[in-house]
Amino acid sequence: MIVAQAKPIEEILEMIDKYDKILLVGCKGCVAVCAAGGEKEVQFLASAIRTARKTQGREIEIREVTLERQCDPEYVEQIRGFAGDYQAILSIACGVGVQFMAEHYREIPALPGLNTSFMGGALEQGVWSERCQGCGNCVLHLTGGICPITRCSKSLLNGPCGGSSNGKCEVDPEVDCGWQLIIERLKALGEFESRFMEIVPIKDWSTSRDGGPRKIVREDMRQ
Amino acid sequence: MKTESRLEKVLEKGEFAVTSECGPPRGADPDLIRKKGELLKGVVDAVNVTDCQTSVVRMSSLSCCLILKEMGFDPIVQMVTRDRNRIAIQSDILGAAALGINNILCLSGDHQRFGDHPQAKNVYDIDSIQLIMTVKQMRDEGKFLSGEELTKVPRLFIGAAANPFADPFEIRALRLAKKVAAGAQFIQTQCIYNLKRFEEWMHRVVDMGLHEKVCILAGVTPMKSVGMARYMKNMVPGMDVPDEIIERLKGVPKEKQGEEGIKICIETIQRLREMEGVRGVHIMAIEWEEKVREIAEGAGLLPRPRI
Repeated sequence: MIVAQAKPIEEILEMIDKYDKILLVGCKGCVAVCAAGGEKEVQFLASAIRTARKTQGREIEIREVTLERQCDPEYVEQIRGFAGDYQAILSIACGVGVQFMAEHYREIPALPGLNTSFMGGALEQGVWSERCQGCGNCVLHLTGGICPITRCSKSLLNGPCGGSSNGKCEVDPEVDCGWQLIIERLKALGEFESRFMEIVPIKDWSTSRDGGPRKIVREDMRQ
Repeated sequence: MKTESRLEKVLEKGEFAVTSECGPPRGADPDLIRKKGELLKGVVDAVNVTDCQTSVVRMSSLSCCLILKEMGFDPIVQMVTRDRNRIAIQSDILGAAALGINNILCLSGDHQRFGDHPQAKNVYDIDSIQLIMTVKQMRDEGKFLSGEELTKVPRLFIGAAANPFADPFEIRALRLAKKVAAGAQFIQTQCIYNLKRFEEWMHRVVDMGLHEKVCILAGVTPMKSVGMARYMKNMVPGMDVPDEIIERLKGVPKEKQGEEGIKICIETIQRLREMEGVRGVHIMAIEWEEKVREIAEGAGLLPRPRI
């Protein structure tokens, strides 16, 4: 899922400072799962904003809505009937949701309430970790199911650098060395000998963000 | 392909090679690098110039190489893949060769987290092994990575680094083998303090026959003090400083610790020289270049052969 976290309340208050009527929109997708932008977080943020404004002596009207998904026009359109009544849309979806709001409601500013962080998963309650950088050309079948692009701090493709120490990355003693993980996994799979010595050629990054904003068109699905 | 590299010629002759390094200044004063150069005259066969080591901004390696070249040195331009994509890398390779630089050391580079600009975006378009392949392809096939032909090939003696002390230990000789397969002709190792572990790595290297395919220069760095030894042990990733080194430095008065560090360094070189497969030594006296001559002299490495 896309993992995000709330922006500091001070930053949000500054963003909405000039408004006294806002639409706060959550999303029931990824950001709800990672407890950053779902229904509960909408309620929590709305009440935090109201309290802060009250202490400033400036009331604010907030309408709270949580959509099924903010990355889908069908759901984004569900606020069409009343969006125009508000001075700004504060979205606590990922960056995709904020931009879809901006694209659909051109006359109203769309503001981000979250910092979209990465594609990852939950390791345990309250802990999320990055797993994919969306490079557009998956190599997980070659690396024991562990991504060198994401898990190695330098995205090295041919083994660990000289900074790997006791299974940890030189960047941070809390971070596992991605290549140590890959090597252990390849050994467990009996694939180490065949895989490790092969020199991985220079990667084509044009399928990644480096090729410019990406788009997928599925002709078989178009109407 | 043979190059004009003095280092390559020294190794070719079967001489025990000596290299050292100069860290570029944190400013635009060329005299600072000249001063360091003066200290190394007649002491080394080639001199490395680091490329923003520890991710701290310094004068560019290539510029310093040219300054040292003008002083009569055979510089080794260090190039990291942290800050350059394949376009900049190939461009700098051509530039280095055009300026008469004969040697290149291919590295991935320290992560920017360690440096003075941890907010920087890193590049890592290619890794160090792929950088070796890039130089080799440009030199031997006369082609850019795109496959297009280049007009005059860069004749560079290709080097790479090896850290026998990083983990996982069992892949360290294999990783060297990958670098050799990619085209590395000389290797400069991480600073050696744990001779036992280095010897174990070297055994594996010799067993694999890698020492016949690549010239291994063993890295040494003299300890200035017990404080430095502790720092290297605890703070520098991939550095292996055994307690006995720390104990030995602790055993002499503070003002004599530098001298003791030099002694340890000389003894280390003497032991390395006896090891099968070690073809030279790379003396990295960090901000202590004035001691390189004393170390080389003490280890019986002077005068350097005439080429």
